[in-house]
Amino acid sequence: MSTAALALRQASLRRGRRLVLQDVTLQARPSRLLAIIGPNGAGKTSALSLLSGAASAEAGEVLLDGEPLTRIGAEALARRRAVVSQGARIAFPFRVHEAIALGRAPHRGRTTHHQDAALVEEAMARFELLHLAERSVPTLSGGEQQRVQLARAFVQLDRPVLDGTARWLLLDEPVTGLDPAHQVRALAEARRFADAGGGVIAVLHDLRLAARYADDVALIEGGRCTVLDTPAVVLTPERIRLAFGLDEASVGLFLTA
Amino acid sequence: MSASATGIGLRLADKRRRERRWLLAGAGILACIVALAGFGIGALAIPPVTVLHILAAQLGLADAAGIDPLHRQVFLAIRAPRVLLGFGVGASLALAGAAMQGVFRNPLADPGLIGVSAGAALAAACIIVIGPPAIIGASSVLRPWMLPLSAFGGGLLATAAVYLLARHEGRVVTSVMLLAGVALNALVGAAIGWLTFVATDEQLRSLTFWTLGSVGGASWASVLPTLTLALLAAIGLLRLAPALNLLALGEAEARSLGSDPARTARLVACFAAVAVAAAVASAGMVGFVGLVAPHLVRLLVGPDHRVVLPGAALAGGTLLVLADIVARTVVVPAELPLGVVTALVGVPFFFWLLLRSKRTGQGE
Repeated sequence: MSTAALALRQASLRRGRRLVLQDVTLQARPSRLLAIIGPNGAGKTSALSLLSGAASAEAGEVLLDGEPLTRIGAEALARRRAVVSQGARIAFPFRVHEAIALGRAPHRGRTTHHQDAALVEEAMARFELLHLAERSVPTLSGGEQQRVQLARAFVQLDRPVLDGTARWLLLDEPVTGLDPAHQVRALAEARRFADAGGGVIAVLHDLRLAARYADDVALIEGGRCTVLDTPAVVLTPERIRLAFGLDEASVGLFLTA
Repeated sequence: MSASATGIGLRLADKRRRERRWLLAGAGILACIVALAGFGIGALAIPPVTVLHILAAQLGLADAAGIDPLHRQVFLAIRAPRVLLGFGVGASLALAGAAMQGVFRNPLADPGLIGVSAGAALAAACIIVIGPPAIIGASSVLRPWMLPLSAFGGGLLATAAVYLLARHEGRVVTSVMLLAGVALNALVGAAIGWLTFVATDEQLRSLTFWTLGSVGGASWASVLPTLTLALLAAIGLLRLAPALNLLALGEAEARSLGSDPARTARLVACFAAVAVAAAVASAGMVGFVGLVAPHLVRLLVGPDHRVVLPGAALAGGTLLVLADIVARTVVVPAELPLGVVTALVGVPFFFWLLLRSKRTGQGE
């Protein structure tokens, strides 16, 4: 199991003419929560879209447990990793429990509808959605819709570890739009997913939350991953001040003392 | 996992399944009742019992003795093809509408409104007035299929054009979609105006038919190809229901769930163009069925495409048979064009939807 990891190897990504990622090497491991931080437009979401397979690298490779992502079929990949992107909006008035059940699509024919319903219920309980189960998703607030997306991602993966392989949760700013209690709750669920053996990669803007919940922090600046280490090493006032262009007086606002 | 399997999750899922089954059963029964009415109502009224008797006799289940030969003949030669064609046309348009709404992620994507029917009609009108391309010889087996084939080509082109124009960064812009429809409809209006100018008297009569729609000329010869194409398209579209559900989450989300949104869009465009072509080639441009039918189903049992698609097909067929009954009875002995009746119902409905989508901010 030494190769169990989701990793970028000298990966580059071009959007239009702009090289948004250049020679990025980073690795996330099972049982750990990797936070990706960095200034706006630095390439955090681009890195996540390479890791999820939504975009393909112009150079370098993306490896899931040692295997190039491009060699894994779309449905098989969908059973091994789930993605929650920013500001996803559902197009029709699906009810909350129906929208979450869509996460079971890659498992069609592999599980009974009893098992699916049980997973949906568990995820609704996890993200405090049971009382909203019959509401139509577009009528919910932004934060509630975000929780529906998180619940959908959880049912998509079944379990943090399945058939001996870790599953991966890829979250792009998962707590944006959530109230403080739900921010803590969502990250605690991600933490539990990692503690149970799954891998989590989350783009985070809140450095204090990163310090509190992450095992590793990757700092992305100008399309490059400049450091990947423990929070204690990465989240130092000096490094954060330089990376985000803050002055000495304000950097303390964003870091745990 | 099994401890909670008896809980609310299962209850909700099962409740939804039951609702869907009831809706489809109800829609099926309603379709049969309306079809019986369609078979019976007209200059010569045929009682429902007689209709059932004739049907049973045709299937060899009952003795044909005792059936009025006039009833039998009117039923077999006029009413049956007319009702079946109406049902097939309505079901095709509704199914195409429901599937296109899924791909466009927008509840206003009706084949008539966004110009797909117009594209199909224009191509068919060109064949009527200008004639088929010279390479199709007079005796070619392709000749009887030229109208539906060209209607298919026109519909496919129009769908692709609107989709490519209106899609921006993975989502469809409602205003561009509707404006593209306005432009396509205007273009077709102008082209048909020009064709009217150069057409002979006989061609002129078929052109009027294209623009207003009718199932009045139904014969078995026109019904069978239409129903065959409609059935093919229906099978293709119904199989895409799970993919359309995932697409509702968003293009990126559908892809991350293992679906291929580009493939779904291509297949829907092709099958919807077949369905619209089948409808337009045999009944002309009949508007709004593709808008109204899917909405009725969504209002009743929600947006799951596994029930919206078959439900819309049943509802669309039923609505069109009803509209045809109205069209041929309100101004006896003349007939109203079918498109006039569906527009009278569809336009207020469209306004209501437009106002509602403005209020809820959906379909941005």
